[in-house]
This record gives sequence, structure tokens and C-alpha cells, in this order.
Amino acid sequence: MKRLTWNTLLVRYPSLFALILLVLTIAVNFIVQPKLFAIDTLNSNMRVFLPLILLSAGQAVVILGGGIDISVGAIVCIVNTILATRVGLQGSPEAMLQYTALSLLVGILAGAINGFFVAHLRLQPIITTYATSFLYGGLALYILPNPGGGIPAPIAELYRSSTPFGIPLAFFVIAILLLLWGYLRSTRYGNYLYAVGGKAQAAYETAVPVVWLQFSTYVISGFMAALSGVAITMLSGAGNAEIGLAMTLTSITAVVIGGNALSGGVGGVAGPVMGAIALSFVQNIISFARIDTWWETLVKALIIIVALATPGIINLFRRRT
Amino acid sequence: MKRFSISPPVAALLLAVVLFLLSGLLPNGFGSDLNVAYAQAMNILRLSVFLGVIAAGQTLVIISGFEGIDLSAGSVVTLTAILTYVYVSGANEKVFVALLLSLAVGAVIGLLNGAGITYLKISPFVMTLGMSGVVTGIVIILNHGNVQGKIAPIMTRLIARPFLPSIPIPNALIIWLVFGVLMWLLLERTTFGKQLFAIGVNRVTAKLSGVNVNGMNLATYSLAGALAGFGGFLVVGNTGVVLIQLGQPFLFPSIAAVAVGGTLLSGGKGSYWGTMAGAIVLTLITSLLTTMQMPDSVRRMALGVTLLVMISIYGRQRALRQ
Repeated sequence: MKRLTWNTLLVRYPSLFALILLVLTIAVNFIVQPKLFAIDTLNSNMRVFLPLILLSAGQAVVILGGGIDISVGAIVCIVNTILATRVGLQGSPEAMLQYTALSLLVGILAGAINGFFVAHLRLQPIITTYATSFLYGGLALYILPNPGGGIPAPIAELYRSSTPFGIPLAFFVIAILLLLWGYLRSTRYGNYLYAVGGKAQAAYETAVPVVWLQFSTYVISGFMAALSGVAITMLSGAGNAEIGLAMTLTSITAVVIGGNALSGGVGGVAGPVMGAIALSFVQNIISFARIDTWWETLVKALIIIVALATPGIINLFRRRT
Repeated sequence: MKRFSISPPVAALLLAVVLFLLSGLLPNGFGSDLNVAYAQAMNILRLSVFLGVIAAGQTLVIISGFEGIDLSAGSVVTLTAILTYVYVSGANEKVFVALLLSLAVGAVIGLLNGAGITYLKISPFVMTLGMSGVVTGIVIILNHGNVQGKIAPIMTRLIARPFLPSIPIPNALIIWLVFGVLMWLLLERTTFGKQLFAIGVNRVTAKLSGVNVNGMNLATYSLAGALAGFGGFLVVGNTGVVLIQLGQPFLFPSIAAVAVGGTLLSGGKGSYWGTMAGAIVLTLITSLLTTMQMPDSVRRMALGVTLLVMISIYGRQRALRQ
């Protein structure tokens, strides 16, 4: 019988590493913040993490299909500016609902534009979505040139402090997300997704609709970015045209930590979701450990590099012995 | 029938010329005044040098394939610019050492990138992204709010000023031309270049043909880091001041310059001439949009649309149905 090595385990369960990292970060977080599992603390953490989780889930689907989406952060910005300017601090719940629906449509449209250029015109994904990130980011800045506006406080409070059945709202969202992914994975679409990400040419030759599949991954990512934008707007309650820009690269890091290969076809969505939570906990630990602000950037980057390097280092040592 | 095709570097350069001529028609353009036109052209070319040099390392890692990319280039530029600024502090005789220091620091950071990617099997995107964070962190700590320093007069003379009063070509441009020839020699006339394209096309076949793939990978990332370091040295010589965000604005444009120049982002195909043309086009578009005095939002949108149009013209990949 073949011995189970770390490598074979990782090949079989690409998200295993993210799970270990997640458990570790939770443990460390528990040390610096003993009340971590109190319902209020849990909720105040998870509501901050949720926007990145949603974004990473969408990014994971694009990366599984062999692409990458640099424009997700800019889509978050557009949604935030639409809600902040159209609903306003004195807006009604009906207006919030209407513009949330509109925002989701805008996200789908933005994703469709990305998908059209990448899948139909066959442009290189990284540079195409970089270009559209300027387009969307500029649009957000056009809608709201200076930070301001916002959504009504009671609506924001709904997101911030809802704990149905004593469980933070974010957990329900994550559960729905993972259930949906589990369903999608089991359908023909899921198989096609892995086929196209693994080898587009082979998928094409076995009659997989490659172009439409790639197109759809960008639409999914645009939609998830819009959801993330709605979440971050309800979290902050205010408008800022550059609110989401920094989240793009973090979402890609979360997907890689989650075990997905950037070349596509390997991994899933659960891993990236765990990766996003682990990354957010790292940020949490840094702010709780009272590290000198000057050192924050360095410490955070070092933690991420060490986390990424650990499996490789273990492998190097195993090969020697 | 043979499809009409034009090589990407030429297309990018033609585009730059057309855009530049059109810009003369703008209300505040150069109109029919040839001297002003010449001065403007030289200024844009001079500004392209910095993006062009920083994009040189990017060209190398992208040609080397295997998802190769260097996201740490921007922060390396900031770091070596600050090191040069602090170390030189106005003394001409320290400039040469500062240049070597910039190259060495860049090379060490590049080597670390290469080691992580080669031996620890971290994907280049996140390895260099993480490294970018580390270098930025170091910059923040070194900087601690303010830095004391000054560039040397000789740097301004050698980088920002014209060659001779009678020959109004900026020195930076001459440096860039020599640099371009060296890059061409490196890519087309050396074993390193041949092997670089070989590992970019297919690592397995390259390895079976006797290429030391790991060594090549380390060398490529180190060289890319050194070139980014050189970029930082040039940038500070031109601006004369340092900021914590000095290099970051060059990062994604350096990737865009490579793509616009016709180098495949998947590796194995490309040239430095293309990157040079790409750097000129991108700098031209950015400065045109700035002179047109549009609000920041419209400028960003216009940049996005222009990039999309440019890569749509010749950045298309092979169809699956072939």
C-alpha cells in the first residue's frame, strides 16, 4: 500500500493547507483575544471578513476556469458609490432594495464585459481585467468624486448586528455559498469548469463550450464582487470610491492559500473561503498584538510568505531524510 | 491568402506616433510649432525611460513563463531610490557605489523571489506579491516618517539633462538606447537568452534538452530584481525626491507595457523592443490625458478604454479551433 505523504494528501485535498492555517490563526487569535468565541466578538469579526470572503469565492471560480480577475476591487467600488449616492443617508428601505438589485445587475454587466473581452475576443485575462479595473474604478470615482454619502443607519445596523438563531449572519451567508458551490460542483457545469481550467484545448476537443464557460466565470465573479460591495457598504455605512481597490490582490492571495493553482483546474471554493478567513484573522492578530504601526506591513507580509513557504520547506526536509 | 499582420512593436510605435500627431491638434497642443513639438516628444520619451527600464526585468520574468511575473518590482524601485538618496547625500563620488548597491539590493530581493518560486514551489504571483509587502514594510521602517538625503549633482547631469547643449537629446534616452541594445544582445545573442525562451515555451522539454531550469529561474528573477533596482536609481536621479509610494505606480504599467509590446504573458515569446514601444505608448497616453485637463475619473476611464482597444488590436490569443 502506498504511504500517505504530505504531497499526496495535498494533491487529494488542495484545501488542507488552508484548513491547517485557519485552525492555527484561530488558535493564535484566541490567545490574544480570549473572548473570541463570544457571540458579539464572533459577529464583529465575521461581518468584517464577509466582503473579502465573497470576493475570494468569485475570484476562485474565475481562477478555477483558468483566468484571473483584477477588476473585482473596482466593481466593489462602483457598487459602493451607487448605493452611497442613490440611496443616501436618509433613504428608504425600498430604495435600498431597488439599488441593491441594480448594483447586482451592474456587477453582472461588468463581469460580462470582462468575459466578452477574455472569452470571445481571446485577450489575456490579467491585462484585460487590469484595463477594465481602470474603467470601473474611474466610473466609481465619476459617480462619487469625494468620499461621502452613505446608507441609512438602521439598514447598516441590520447587517452589522443580525444574529438569527444566535448565529452571526455571516455564517448563514457562508453556508449558503458553500451549499451552492457544492451543488454547482456536482452538475455538468462543475465538470466543465475543471475541464476548461485543466486544459482548455482538450476540453474544446471533447465538445465543452469553452468560450461560454470562461464567459460565465467572469459573470459569476462580477456578481460576487457586487455582493461583496453591498456587504462592505452595509458594514461601513458610507461611500468611498476607492474602498475596494486593495481587496483585489488580497482575494487572489486568499485563493492561492486556499490551494487553487493559478493556472486553473485545481482546487475549489471552500479552500479560498478558508484562506480569506485565515488572512483576515492574521490582520486581526496584528492589530491585537499591539505591534508598532511602523512594523505592521512587514510583519503581515512575512506571515503570509512564511505561511506560503511552509509546505515547500516541509517538502525540502522530507526529501533529504 | 496570407492574413495581413504587423509586428506588435511596430504597431505600438505607429500608434504612439499617430497619437502624438493627433495631440498636436488639441487646443493646448503644439499646433504647427515644430520646436515645441520636438520638446514635447523628447519630454515624453524621457519619461518613458523609467517605465521602460523597470519593465525590462518584467519582460524577462514574463518570457521565462510558468506564470512568471514580478509584482515586487514597484517596491524594489522605491527601496533602491531611497537607499541611493540616503547613501549619496549630495556627494558625486558616492554615485557609482550607490549604483552598485541598487543593483545588488535588487538582485538579492530577486534571488529570494527566485528561491521561493523554484525550491518552495510558491506561485510567482503570490511570492512576488508577498515580497512586495516585505520590501514595502522595510521601506516604511527605514523611512520612519522622513528620510534625510540628497541626490548628487552628477546624477541630475547624467540622467535628467540633455547630452550637450547643442544636441538636445536627454541623457536618459541615450542610456535607454544603450540599455535596449544590451537587452537585445542578452535575449537574442547569448545562451541565457536562448535558454530563457526555451524554458518559457516548455520547461520539461527544456530540461530534457539540458537546460538547468532551476538555475535559469534563479538567474532570471535575480536579474529582474537588479533591473528594478537600476530603475529605482534612475527614477530618483530624475525626480530628486523620494516618496514611500515612488515605485508602486510603475508596477502594473510595467506589466501593461510588456503586454502592449506583444510579449505573451504566458511566456516563451517576446522582445524588449516591444516593451520599449509599449512603455512609450503608455507614457504618451498618460501624459496626453493629463494635459487634456480632465478630471481624474474620466482620465482613468480613458486609460482603461485605450488599453482595451490596444490589446484588442493585436493581443489576441490563438483560437482553440485550429
